Amino acid sequence: MKQFWGFVFKEFLHVFRDKKTLLLLFGLPIAQILLFGFALTNEIKNAKVAVVDNAKDLGSKHLISKLEASQQFIITQFISANQIESAFKGGKIKMVVVFPADFYKNLMHEKLGKIQLIMDASEPNTATTLANFAGGILQSYSISLQGENKMPININLDTRMLYNPSLKGSTNFVPGVMALVLLLICVLMTSVSIVREKENGTMELLLVSPFNPIMVIIAKAVPYLIISIFNLIIILLLSVYVLDMEIKGSLTLLFAESTLLILTALSLGLLISNIAATQQVAMVVSLMGMLLPTMLLTGFMFPIENMPLPLRLISNIVPSKWYYIIVKNIMIKGLGFEAVWKETLILLGMTIMLLILSIRNFKTRLS
Amino acid sequence: MNQDSVIKVKNLTKRFGSFTAVDNISFDVKKGEIFGFLGANGAGKTTAMRMLSGLSKPTEGNAIIAGYDIHKDTEKIKRNIGYMSQKFSLYEDLTVAENIQFFGGIYGLSREDIRIKTPLLIHKLGLDTEANMLVGSLPLGWKQKLAFSVAIFHQPEIVFLDEPTGGVDPITRRQFWDLIYEASDSGITVFVTTHYMDEAAYCNRITMMVDGIIKALDSPANLKEQFKAESIDEVFFELARGAKRKADLT
Repeated sequence: MKQFWGFVFKEFLHVFRDKKTLLLLFGLPIAQILLFGFALTNEIKNAKVAVVDNAKDLGSKHLISKLEASQQFIITQFISANQIESAFKGGKIKMVVVFPADFYKNLMHEKLGKIQLIMDASEPNTATTLANFAGGILQSYSISLQGENKMPININLDTRMLYNPSLKGSTNFVPGVMALVLLLICVLMTSVSIVREKENGTMELLLVSPFNPIMVIIAKAVPYLIISIFNLIIILLLSVYVLDMEIKGSLTLLFAESTLLILTALSLGLLISNIAATQQVAMVVSLMGMLLPTMLLTGFMFPIENMPLPLRLISNIVPSKWYYIIVKNIMIKGLGFEAVWKETLILLGMTIMLLILSIRNFKTRLS
Repeated sequence: MNQDSVIKVKNLTKRFGSFTAVDNISFDVKKGEIFGFLGANGAGKTTAMRMLSGLSKPTEGNAIIAGYDIHKDTEKIKRNIGYMSQKFSLYEDLTVAENIQFFGGIYGLSREDIRIKTPLLIHKLGLDTEANMLVGSLPLGWKQKLAFSVAIFHQPEIVFLDEPTGGVDPITRRQFWDLIYEASDSGITVFVTTHYMDEAAYCNRITMMVDGIIKALDSPANLKEQFKAESIDEVFFELARGAKRKADLT
């Protein structure tokens, strides 16, 4: 045991002596959270809107004030129909609302209101989001009219945002970033640090020594386990205090599930280190093998349900997909273990399989 | 067989698939002896040494290392040997003292032992002012000497050196051999592979391996006489001429 902690101490020395690694270890999670939280957010505030008001009646007046009252829109200019194109070309306007003449009259007498929304679709995500939001405002207005007159008014809009009514962008990506950071750091660091010993020839010295080879592997994993948990705490603190996110479920459960993912990642790193001959290979395999599938097939950037069947099937072997589901359920929906036991079991199965595979591989390489 | 043999090898063979890397070799090494293992690259030296040091399992045959069977008692053998590999292998990002302490711990020395012996070793190597410098910043010759000292820090019965002086200048090599003599005088058996023929002359006895087979085994003087050669170099070329395996004779 004394030897074991001596080994762990040595691993920490490696980490703290290498300033670049240190920067990566602690800079990456902070950068990711801040980047996704502020720069890449799909939350939209204060989008500039122009209005073409051909009606100038009670209806358009009401709607304009409702749009203004929302946080999403600021009405910056009132223009005429032939100015629409130049307004968009100015680049600041994201949406133009066009009220036809006799808008309120038609709405009252024919029970049919027509409004045209023109979006700047060069940013498709923003455009869709804004259109949906504006649609919601129009619909609530039409419902309020119904209430006064007790007559049905025909508007075919049905857009609702579940779990994220204010279109807050940060909630969805935080679990994704957690998966990304934990996987990346653990897989990369374990595989590189083991391959480095192979490359430097120190692995042979360790194997010739009376120190148990399996203990070598465990001692190598311990520092990264500790650092990852530390990173997890940083991510959660940033999410709660900087991004105003609420953690609804149990923290203990969240940490337990995260530790499971860290173990998955460590065994994956071990497997890669068995295959890779140089640190560069280990690094490339870890990055390519982790970064792309985690970004693309976890579901936090692109919804998996919309993908073609082969990709949906492949996504099942990406550990972060299951972790993402688990964390989303715990953090955002506030559900307990009974809601995530299936996913946990899958993740656990993956970890055990990877561990058996890599330890067997490690042993055969020795003999 | 000699009673104080610390290495007894009998019909040791290692095959990788259909390729026989080491073919039925047998020899004894006496306690305190400096035993040289010579051969071209690919002749099977390293494979043989890896089997003796427990890094690889023999396909056939047996060996007794420091009184322990290589099939059954690998763990006990590990406690009684030291090893230095071809590549310089200490941690470059740890200091001189940290390296000594780490390997001391790995080889099972007590904390007390390490605490007392570390400064002594550093002083002996003349590295007092460099004790807290990173090993990566030392010149290669010093690193090699440090690596050797680390390999025998736990006073093993036998130390295995796999081409320890690769890439080192002749003067440093000579100094390195002074350390080897010192270790041998203190009773440590030295098993060394090399392809520098001048180094072979420093050994008590040498074996010449060609194509996985031991072609000759004797003291350098006897070998020269037997092959009527001026130098070990000539003996080696005489023997290696018949080699079937492609090897660069450098």
